[in-house]
Amino acid sequence: MNHITLDLYDLVLASVLVIFNGCLSFYLQLRLERQLLIATLRMIVQLTLIGFVLKTLFALSSPLWTGLMVLLMVLFAGREIIARQERRLAGLWLYGLGTGCMLLATTVVTLFALTTQIQPDPWYDPRYALPVLGMILGNIMSGISLGLYSLLNGAARERSAIEAQLMLGATRWQATLPVTREALRNALMPIINTMAATGIVSFPGMMTGQILAGADPMEAVKYQMLILFLIAGGTALGSVSAVVGGIYRLTDTRHRLRLERLTNR
Amino acid sequence: MLTVDHLSRSILQPVSFSLADGECLAVQGPSGSGKSLLLRAIADLDPHEGTISLDGVACHTIPAPQWRLQVMYLPAEAGWWEDRVDAHFPDWEAACFWVEALQLPTSIRSAAIRTLSTGERQRLALARALVRSPRVLMLDEPTSGLDRTSVSIVESLLLQLLQNGTSLLWVTHDPAQAQRIAQRCLHVQNGHVLETTLRTSVIS
Repeated sequence: MNHITLDLYDLVLASVLVIFNGCLSFYLQLRLERQLLIATLRMIVQLTLIGFVLKTLFALSSPLWTGLMVLLMVLFAGREIIARQERRLAGLWLYGLGTGCMLLATTVVTLFALTTQIQPDPWYDPRYALPVLGMILGNIMSGISLGLYSLLNGAARERSAIEAQLMLGATRWQATLPVTREALRNALMPIINTMAATGIVSFPGMMTGQILAGADPMEAVKYQMLILFLIAGGTALGSVSAVVGGIYRLTDTRHRLRLERLTNR
Repeated sequence: MLTVDHLSRSILQPVSFSLADGECLAVQGPSGSGKSLLLRAIADLDPHEGTISLDGVACHTIPAPQWRLQVMYLPAEAGWWEDRVDAHFPDWEAACFWVEALQLPTSIRSAAIRTLSTGERQRLALARALVRSPRVLMLDEPTSGLDRTSVSIVESLLLQLLQNGTSLLWVTHDPAQAQRIAQRCLHVQNGHVLETTLRTSVIS
């Protein structure tokens, strides 16, 4: 593959646009200069670091180091799920549930792709494993986050409706079915919208990257389809397990709604 | 017979009493004293200490949904989980008997819950409970939003149920209503539950 490499001068030139952004904020008194500066610096430092880390990991090609990197990514993503919630499950439940379900769904789907479709040699080759996992992880994180947000808010809002069903002899799973359905719809909607709009409204990042790197567009499209299928499956697996786990925690074995286990942010 | 033995939870102090088949026990006391907590605990909707049993079968020995079908709690403001009225009934044809008995038109079937008045919703919630034939019915101010005519309709229907062996625990703020429907009275104050005679309770 032949591709055009960028040098420092190219990046400095492009960064003029961010400086323009800052000037705009200053003149319009948007008071975004400080946040913009911090965000830009974070972006530069984080991406440079991850560039070095990936380069080292690719060179090492070690299952242990690749696994540790995956774990680190999942742990950070777990924190992100918590940060997006208005209501939380008391204790470590929310973090544990979000991170656990994300780890489960991401691992299952990534292993499936690496061992049956992409098949790199060795199967854990970080050059393939990490980018694929990163893309899947980000989307599963969003799905779980939206699903739990909807479930926790829905359970608090629909308390009387859920308890009305429990009082009439419904099980906890029957009584929470309306909020479960709503939570899963909210979790899965973004990937459905993405699939419907991709290729017309937007060019997905990975496909664009491959084309820029000199790949044949049809090959890039095939990779993109594969990734979207994996994301759709992973999001479903992750959000269903997180929502079911959430209901398990919000109720008890005597089929009672236990909203005292929910805390406000 | 419903037997409550040393039942307690958070602010509710241990209480013991029994309720025979076809008997009505009025529950009285100021707002916030713990009346609803007592009824919720008996329906096993909240964690509690002590034992509740129906005909000797303890609540914790049978699945909670099965318990709540026999010992049913109807709160002052019932919840609704669907938009249409009939979606809340397992069998609308069977429900029609109770809907008509409570002087509601059967055409209410397709109405949206949000368009109904407080009184209509209250009577529908009662029909929704009655269609499931509970052995013990715990009513939290079932007539608070009703006009005088509707109150007497509900009262006479529930008196018929009592004659057929259904037991009632009836929260009411109206001493005259307690006199009309109940044989005994539980007085709840600051989480303490005392069994009093109806007349004493009315006087106090």
